[in-house]
Amino acid sequence: MNNSEKLKIPSPAGEEKKKSGSYFDLAIIGGRVIDPETKMDRMADIFIRDGVIIKVEKTKDKIKARKTIDAKGKIVVPGLIDMHTHLREPGREDEETIYTGSCAAVAGGFTSICCMPNTQPPIDNQETVKFVYQKAKDAKCKIYCVGCITKGQKGEELTEIYDLVRAGVVAISDDGLSIANSQVLRNALEYSRMFDLPVISHCEDLNLSACGVMHEGFVSTTLGMCGIPSIAEETIVARDIKLAEFTKARIHIAHVSTEGSVDLIRQAKKRGIKVTCEATPHHFTLTDQIIRTFDTNAKVNPPLRTKRDVEAIKRELSDGTIDCIATDHAPHSIEEKEVEFDAAPFGMVGLETALGLVVTELINKKVLSWAQAIAKMTVNPARILNLKAGRIKKNFPADITIIDPKASWIADPTKFQSKSKNSPFGGRKLRGKVCCTIVDGKVVYEG
Amino acid sequence: MPRKQKSMVVMDTKTIQRALVRIAHEIVEKNKGAENMAVIGIQNRGAYLAERVAKLIEEIEGVEIPLGLMDITLYRDDVQTKLEQPVVQKTEILFDVVDKVIILVDDVLFTGRTVRAALDQIIDFGRPRSIQFAVLIDRGHRELPIRADYVGKNIPTAKEDRVKVKIKEVDGEDSVSIIKQ
Amino acid sequence: MKLKSKHLLGLEGMSRKEINLILDTAETFKEILSRPIRVVPTLRGVTVVNLFYEPSTRTRISFELAEKRLSAEVVNFSAAISSSRKGETLKDTVRNIEAMKTDMVVVRHQASGVPYFLTQCLDSSIINAGDGAHEHPTQGLLDLFTIREKYKNVKGLKVVIVGDIKYSRVARSDMWGLSIMGADVSLCGPSTLLPVEIDKMGVKVYSDLNKALVGADVVIVLRIQLERQKGGLLPSLREYTNKFGITKDRLKRLNENFTIMHPGPINRGVEITPEVADGPHSVILDQVTNGVAIRMAVLYLLSGGEGKVE
Repeated sequence: MNNSEKLKIPSPAGEEKKKSGSYFDLAIIGGRVIDPETKMDRMADIFIRDGVIIKVEKTKDKIKARKTIDAKGKIVVPGLIDMHTHLREPGREDEETIYTGSCAAVAGGFTSICCMPNTQPPIDNQETVKFVYQKAKDAKCKIYCVGCITKGQKGEELTEIYDLVRAGVVAISDDGLSIANSQVLRNALEYSRMFDLPVISHCEDLNLSACGVMHEGFVSTTLGMCGIPSIAEETIVARDIKLAEFTKARIHIAHVSTEGSVDLIRQAKKRGIKVTCEATPHHFTLTDQIIRTFDTNAKVNPPLRTKRDVEAIKRELSDGTIDCIATDHAPHSIEEKEVEFDAAPFGMVGLETALGLVVTELINKKVLSWAQAIAKMTVNPARILNLKAGRIKKNFPADITIIDPKASWIADPTKFQSKSKNSPFGGRKLRGKVCCTIVDGKVVYEG
Repeated sequence: MPRKQKSMVVMDTKTIQRALVRIAHEIVEKNKGAENMAVIGIQNRGAYLAERVAKLIEEIEGVEIPLGLMDITLYRDDVQTKLEQPVVQKTEILFDVVDKVIILVDDVLFTGRTVRAALDQIIDFGRPRSIQFAVLIDRGHRELPIRADYVGKNIPTAKEDRVKVKIKEVDGEDSVSIIKQ
Repeated sequence: MKLKSKHLLGLEGMSRKEINLILDTAETFKEILSRPIRVVPTLRGVTVVNLFYEPSTRTRISFELAEKRLSAEVVNFSAAISSSRKGETLKDTVRNIEAMKTDMVVVRHQASGVPYFLTQCLDSSIINAGDGAHEHPTQGLLDLFTIREKYKNVKGLKVVIVGDIKYSRVARSDMWGLSIMGADVSLCGPSTLLPVEIDKMGVKVYSDLNKALVGADVVIVLRIQLERQKGGLLPSLREYTNKFGITKDRLKRLNENFTIMHPGPINRGVEITPEVADGPHSVILDQVTNGVAIRMAVLYLLSGGEGKVE
């Protein structure tokens, strides 16, 4: 029992609470509660007050809460964390804003999301970080800002990283672009080590990927499209691992997509190098075969790879080499996507289909247990980013997602909360649906 | 289940042969010989009938009659309304049609549209002195102002009836039957 | 017998029956080209748009002739004089064109998949006249037609395609078409110009021309472009000519009754010597003639309405 409970400090609504016998703002009862950190996975009730989890236990007493959510048959997990989204604000508010992105996030069960800094202008200075956090006050979920590694994402000069840290960035990245100059990345790794700040690396050798628009393989050969070879990613993953080893800094490899990349990371981890990585739902679900219909919504970077790569991603999710599942939510307008395949921008939205794909493709296919899957979407990203989140535990913020594991639904991009609809998953049958998303004890989404 | 169809044979090998012989004689008589004459049959069965007529004229007159065959598909007026494009068959007119008397031969004269297409096509090959039309069966129901110069047999039919012509070269036997719907 | 699709996007996935239907139909059309009046009224009232986003002389002229010989109304749209330079999207452009009541669109574009894209936004029949390095189906068909005309049957013939396979849509359409018709197809080119996993298409792959040519009946020579040298894929055209140029000397390895083909335009003295290109075994000009007949056949077969069945 914590202090506030012991002392029974009267709250402004104290009288009312007493009358109705409510000690708590919110109670979630009868659900199967998973806290991946402690490997807790059992029936429990959760009691919340003032945005904080007060207790997690199975109680037979009469529930005394202002609001009670019956979670019978549901799975109650820590609010999901997406460490890789693009919210397009500032600059492309026609595609997404911080607010609409947060609406999409909570609809997808996410209570915290990290926005990448490749906006227009890029988030490479304190003022822009402050702008993002100002806008984030109206958001439905928690927004964490990632700052640029280099000024203007040009890959040349380091940003004022200390300033960015003071403004509240949780990581730095030039995502969307790869830092070609190894010396610049070395400096970034060494410098950010002072702040224990993770560096998130988008690994792509731009000379190798060149004019590529899809994975280089049999399908690109058939379609006559310029390919992005696996080695475009793998050579940079190998370099980044070496740099991390040398600088003893932390590096996080964004959106791994190839068998070769995960092999390199597995070996690096074995050697004790501080490397972590993430995979996206589309990279463990789709292959380059989907490009046969020239669907620009499936044009994404890194590109959708082969069946063999998908199997490797799944294997390494299961083995633990891949720490996190992140969406790489990348909204693009219909006008930008309804063009010839070569001319379309890379990226797909993912916030609202991520959980369904995790349940359908990983949990139901026995690749991951519920606890393993949820760990990769909660406590693991929280640990990498040093966030006090991702737990269902006393004194932790009451960020909670309630999932109906059996519900089946058809993905319909036209109904997405996101401003953009560029998803290749439209019409796909998914299992596992978000029933309720709670941020700081408040219900922000009900499905 | 389709309605019961009633089939009635109206010509057989003998009557067809007699009709063709008569047509050949009429052609020679009308043209006072077979000078400068050529016969063109319309694909598919008309081509075989044309061959027989040409041979009969050759027997009567003792001259060689140039023979051609043509497919009129590309000159049809309903190409864009059909769900499936008809297979285009061979057109083979290896002689010069200019100033010839062309005897056009087909198996059945019905709406007249096929003959219209055939006339247009012949004229694209050159300007003949005249074109005459010989047909084995005239079943009526014209949709265009077209008539045959030589008719094997007039057979009154209802519009929805089908006239089935079989000839040895294609079907293994010579016969004409009406299938009442 | 009918083609499965109302569009012609590529030869991949077509059946032998469908290809034979097109080739047989083209035979009839070839006869029309020898008539005194080389025009038939078949497509009177049908409007065909030739939408060329990439410079092309022979394919565009070939299509235009085919259309005119079928009496279609022809509209030519080429990107150089169009609004594509004014920032209008492809989708807007084609929808505007269709709003002017057109029936068929022949499209050439530098990006793979554009003809497919057009099928998604238009009701017209779409004919691919070459998209990126993807397919150029009418070229594939006219090559098959030319080979069939000479050998009567494509099945069992050994055909070698030589050159820049990676960036060649002709190579892909030829590969599909020839494989479907039962030919034994080999590819030969510099290893930098052979796309990855191409062998999975069921063809043999060589980088030694002398080996590839042994016992071959047909050699299809592709155009090699100067851009490949700039892109670092070839040290020089001179070196290409030395290693892959089709010379009279190299032809000794072929079967007696061999055939030399080239989709054009030819770089004389680079991928093929003038002596071979103009030699007795060359059918390069027959290919051009046959191109019109093939395109007429395709236009005719795809022009069927969606109306009643008779």
